[in-house]
Amino acid sequence: MKILPNKFTFFLLLILLWPAAVAFAADQATDAENQIIRIALNQEPPQLNSFLTEDSVSMMVLGHVMEGLLCYDRRGRLAPGVAERWDIDSKGATFYLRKNALWSDGKPVTAKDFVFAWRMAVDPKVASEYAFIVYPVKNAEAINTGEIKDLTQLGVKAIDDYTLKVDFEYPCGYFLGLAAFSTYFPVREDYYKTMGSKYAAEASNLLFNGAFKLTKWVHGASLRMEKNEKYWNKDAVTLSVIDCPYITSDTTALLNLFKDDKIVVAELDSETIKTAMKSQMKIRKFDSGRLRYIVFNHRDGKVTANLNFRKALRAVFDPQVFADKVVGVPGTLPGRSVMLSFLEGVNDKFRKEYPVPIHKVDKAAAKEFLAKAKKELGIDTFPPLVLLCDDTPSIAKMGEYLQGLFNGALGLDIKLDKQIFKQRLAKASAGEFDMVIGGWLPDYDDPMTYAELFASWNANNSGKWKNAVYDENIRIASKSVDPKVRMDAFAKCQQAMYEDIGVIPLFEGSNVYVQHKDVKGISRSVTGFNPNYIYARVVK
Amino acid sequence: MLKYILKRVLSGVVTVWFIATATFMAMHAVPGDPLSSEKEVSPEIRKNLEIKYGLDKPVMTQYFIYLGNMLKGDFGISFTQQNRMVNDIIREHFPVSAILGVLAILFAALGGVLWGALTALYRNKLPDIVIMFLVILGVAVPGFVFAALAQIAIVLINKATGTSVFPVAGWGSIMHMWVPAFVLGIGTMAYLTRLMRSSMLEVINSDFIRTAKSKGLSATRIFFVHQLRNAVLPVVTILGPAIAAITTGGFVVELVFAIPGLGRYFVEAIQQMDYTVIMGTTVFYGAFLVLMVTLVDIVYAYVDPRIRLK
Repeated sequence: MKILPNKFTFFLLLILLWPAAVAFAADQATDAENQIIRIALNQEPPQLNSFLTEDSVSMMVLGHVMEGLLCYDRRGRLAPGVAERWDIDSKGATFYLRKNALWSDGKPVTAKDFVFAWRMAVDPKVASEYAFIVYPVKNAEAINTGEIKDLTQLGVKAIDDYTLKVDFEYPCGYFLGLAAFSTYFPVREDYYKTMGSKYAAEASNLLFNGAFKLTKWVHGASLRMEKNEKYWNKDAVTLSVIDCPYITSDTTALLNLFKDDKIVVAELDSETIKTAMKSQMKIRKFDSGRLRYIVFNHRDGKVTANLNFRKALRAVFDPQVFADKVVGVPGTLPGRSVMLSFLEGVNDKFRKEYPVPIHKVDKAAAKEFLAKAKKELGIDTFPPLVLLCDDTPSIAKMGEYLQGLFNGALGLDIKLDKQIFKQRLAKASAGEFDMVIGGWLPDYDDPMTYAELFASWNANNSGKWKNAVYDENIRIASKSVDPKVRMDAFAKCQQAMYEDIGVIPLFEGSNVYVQHKDVKGISRSVTGFNPNYIYARVVK
Repeated sequence: MLKYILKRVLSGVVTVWFIATATFMAMHAVPGDPLSSEKEVSPEIRKNLEIKYGLDKPVMTQYFIYLGNMLKGDFGISFTQQNRMVNDIIREHFPVSAILGVLAILFAALGGVLWGALTALYRNKLPDIVIMFLVILGVAVPGFVFAALAQIAIVLINKATGTSVFPVAGWGSIMHMWVPAFVLGIGTMAYLTRLMRSSMLEVINSDFIRTAKSKGLSATRIFFVHQLRNAVLPVVTILGPAIAAITTGGFVVELVFAIPGLGRYFVEAIQQMDYTVIMGTTVFYGAFLVLMVTLVDIVYAYVDPRIRLK
């Protein structure tokens, strides 16, 4: 049986080349002439209703198309937004709105739009997960928990269309930062009611008052933001279009898109950073404010409720090694305190003014602590302990490292319980663990955003750690506006946490990314949305 | 025949019901729910959320409400994308997966049949050895490796040629489809090649081929008209399930190439514990698979009367 050789070649060609390669003119990452940049999102924005949103991707998109009373300037500092000036003291604040702030349909942004949005955010029927961030406003918590039924009791009033008066529940030194947060963005009541359940479902079901407007949104596929010509500060905006043709969480794909000059920024993870380093790309890093820590279960009957046991674990753990070798992302800082390094103190960085004690790795001491713990607990051997963590590769790696560390140095039998995110959360809040690798991202620019997490009454304190000194100082800090009083209180919290080891801080996270050389002016801030392209421009 | 079809359809419906029930129960048995979040909400808010989504009712009540709505064709609202109906998610994203899947299956079937036939013709000669080696690679190497390699290859090709020969990722034009479809189809193509090879070997040795040869027909005519046509039947059999598997199994490819298909929603919904999307996509995919298998069964019964009689 024989087929002519040319037939064979023909088949080969047919099979190999059937997706005929026609030169394809894809859109490049930058267009200097028209001031267009292209970016990728790592997920579809799940919720563009500003008073309901809770995820970083939606907040990043909203940050570009909406504006609060305050906003972030080109250096990432707080700046006047819809409010052109304000008075603030320990009792409340008055914001004076600019008259040229407009919605994208041309109507003015008024104080009523803020009142409506904030009332929605705390309305228990709306059930916003970020309602807590409005709690500094008078009666917000009482309304949110159903104690007060009347929404108009919320401590925010429109004196007239351009004057907004806010009464505080407690002194709130960081309120101006909150005023730039997405939950505090204005929403126009008449428009919201017209849209009904369709509000924010599509690009055409939203009104914008920010630097850009969402002009196209194909779910799961792409979105496009164009310069908002109605924006009061439009002269400060150079870009005409932020185009997002790609949505994927695959970091390798993002890096490939970046290499192919299709997107201007690619976030890296511990795997893709190796590739980027090999290709000698310029790696940029930014403090993410992400704290990771081991939560101990302090419930009765748990071995981890024993202080000497926790001391033993800490004595074998070296945060520096963990940050460098296990996390392995440039810019990662060792976990020394639950008050992160970027936080401001009275005059300088908090951690400079109030240094945290640094424990030494000491295996001999660890064994002594362990012996003491056995005695106190009245047991000969420790039962197997469950270390709960997320199943993502990077977190699982951390879990495996800790498992090996505690087993090797202390002979403990650690069972790793890897769970998908939501199940990890559910098991953690149910107390089904001995230790959990927990994480936290800050919501506002104040030590309180981390500190309140470990107060005994906080719902997020899944280990149920209770420390009288810590609790008392949280109360002191939340009732004062005097920076010195507050920072002293936070320092006492830091010390109490160190001594009683409520949790062991693992590391402070860092965002690493690569950025197009022709794009300038992309800014980042720990508590704002990231990245901020509002003031970006394409040079060349 | 009608009785047979009715029986098949009925057992299909029962299968879908079983899938829905099993998924529903499994979903509620695992710890956590769609309302778990890193920032724990107050008990009051949680209660309100549960009322809003009907999670405050007993699981069995939820189950019957769900079944009722499903019969009406209403899968509910997504938990993570609170403004979108699950029906809309399926309607918008399934066509993308389907286009990709059809292209992939075309590629897999065409390639599988031709490669398979060639290996049989050149049995134990160089083309056979080379192709069978590639086939083993195709079966053994998982799709996500192919996807990543293909993408890196595109970047290199684009860099070398200085133009965009293929887009690295994204969706919208026909050019976005070729490489993902190729990657998605590779596994099935390798499988079909092996199937085709053995079926072709059987045909080559049969009497009617000897007759054709002795009649003096040309090799090309024998290949296309007599051998290929007879050997291709078993391949047709597995096409049904293969189509369903490919159109629904593109999660990794969709992720790597940033394609807005349904596969991504399917997997991400499970991670997010998005109850309604999990149920909607599972039932939809389950029904789709059952439909494909049933269709093949019916067609087969039509072709082969022996099956009908059993």
